[in-house]
Amino acid sequence: MKIMNCPLNGPRNISEFVHGGEVRNMPDPNTCSDHEWAQYVFYSDNLIKVVKEWWLHAPSGYWFIAERHTASDEVLKTYDPSELFKERLEFTANTAETPS
Amino acid sequence: MPFSLLKYGFKKDYPFEKHPDLPVPTELKSSYDVVIIGGGGHGVATAYYLAKYHGITNVAILEKGYLGGGNTARNTAVIRSNYLTSEGVRFYSESVKLFKEMSNEFDFNIMYSQRGQLTLAHTDAAVRGFRQRAEMNKHFGGKTELIDPQQIRELVPSLNMNPGHLPVLAGLWHMDGATARHDAVAWGYAKGATERGVELHQLTEVSDVIVENGKVTGVNTNRGKVNCGCAIQAVSGHSSLLAAKAGFRLPIKTYPLQAMVTQPVKPFLNPLVSSPSLHCYVQQTGRGELVFGGGSDPYPLYNTRSTMDLKESLLANAVELFPFMANIRLLRQWAGITDMTSDYSPIMGLSPVDNYYLDAGWGTWGFKATPICGKTMAELVASGGKVPELIKPFAMKRFDSFRQVNEMGATAASH
Repeated sequence: MKIMNCPLNGPRNISEFVHGGEVRNMPDPNTCSDHEWAQYVFYSDNLIKVVKEWWLHAPSGYWFIAERHTASDEVLKTYDPSELFKERLEFTANTAETPS
Repeated sequence: MPFSLLKYGFKKDYPFEKHPDLPVPTELKSSYDVVIIGGGGHGVATAYYLAKYHGITNVAILEKGYLGGGNTARNTAVIRSNYLTSEGVRFYSESVKLFKEMSNEFDFNIMYSQRGQLTLAHTDAAVRGFRQRAEMNKHFGGKTELIDPQQIRELVPSLNMNPGHLPVLAGLWHMDGATARHDAVAWGYAKGATERGVELHQLTEVSDVIVENGKVTGVNTNRGKVNCGCAIQAVSGHSSLLAAKAGFRLPIKTYPLQAMVTQPVKPFLNPLVSSPSLHCYVQQTGRGELVFGGGSDPYPLYNTRSTMDLKESLLANAVELFPFMANIRLLRQWAGITDMTSDYSPIMGLSPVDNYYLDAGWGTWGFKATPICGKTMAELVASGGKVPELIKPFAMKRFDSFRQVNEMGATAASH
């Protein structure tokens, strides 16, 4: 079994974790174009390199960040999201009228 | 008799060497009308139809490894067309028709074997979904029916009707379901294409795609630069990596998919059996081995390693379906690299670079589309970029206009 080091719970089996996708900036849905939104939602670099990703330790419901190589499958580093996100992100409701 | 055999063995010229399936490799020319990147099933099929139907033979297939050595050799060779959307059913049905005729067309045995495919429903929701798929299929000329547990028992007597405490409620019986030898498909197309003048260059890796003023003009390879009128990328498993060399991103994430095969046993299983709820599909090959496949790995990766997790879960479910298999030994395990799109449909047609055509996003549904994909891509190239009706819905642009073709519900094992 592959082991991943959870910043909160220590080394655990990889089957306890859920992959949450790459860490990237979300464009503001209220102001961005459809193209920008599609790029954010669907498109991806998807290259062979070290990627920064969100992971969830499912049993404890704890989200953290892991740096992983997409070919060797080595997890190089795991840490609490507070190391990357110093300020609270606010999400505002979409005020645009939805087309009927 | 033994003497004639011995004499034959010592002969300098084996009869089949006089007529090799593939021609002796030649030097790479400096320019071709069409360069096809990727010598797998899709690439060679495209070259074959270009030469056969459109008379375009100044074509080079550039393959970094050997013919059909990538994901063409790693899939589980399932042929079916029981998809969910009208676009999907129409496309894959054409493919099934071409597969049926293939051995005759090539004069090369691809060991096409129509067995029927049985997908099991364990929940009411799945039964409803299957009804829709059956009707959709019938409407577009496929042969698919919803069948009850009694009919399932008759089709597959060895099946456990209560696997993993998920009772089998109904089945989607797809009579067109089939299997064929994947290597032979690639070789048959390659033979037909090279006989018509197409050049197949193995061990030729494209290191860079040359784009000038938004238009592809050539590629750099480990054997030198090649100019081209147009290029097609058909490199499943590495689509994003090659697209990056051409300067754009794709709506793809790449995952490994692990499969395995057991030692051979007497024939007992005719149809291909799959259970989306148990993430497992099983089929018996002509040699008697049982081939299993399951869902993709849980996170993106470019690596064909084996994991204990997946082996355990896949085999546990396979043994639930066919309990007596617990006594059979596993012979071999492997993995393919699948380029998954978010709607489980391919990306075919035009790309942001002019004269650079895409045949990508083939996730777990590439082998079954080989012939129709080759045929439509050849039409696209021969017409100078006019996208054939059949593949219009699979344009990369569908993601920018949020018009996906959702085939997620039609996978044999949910991924």
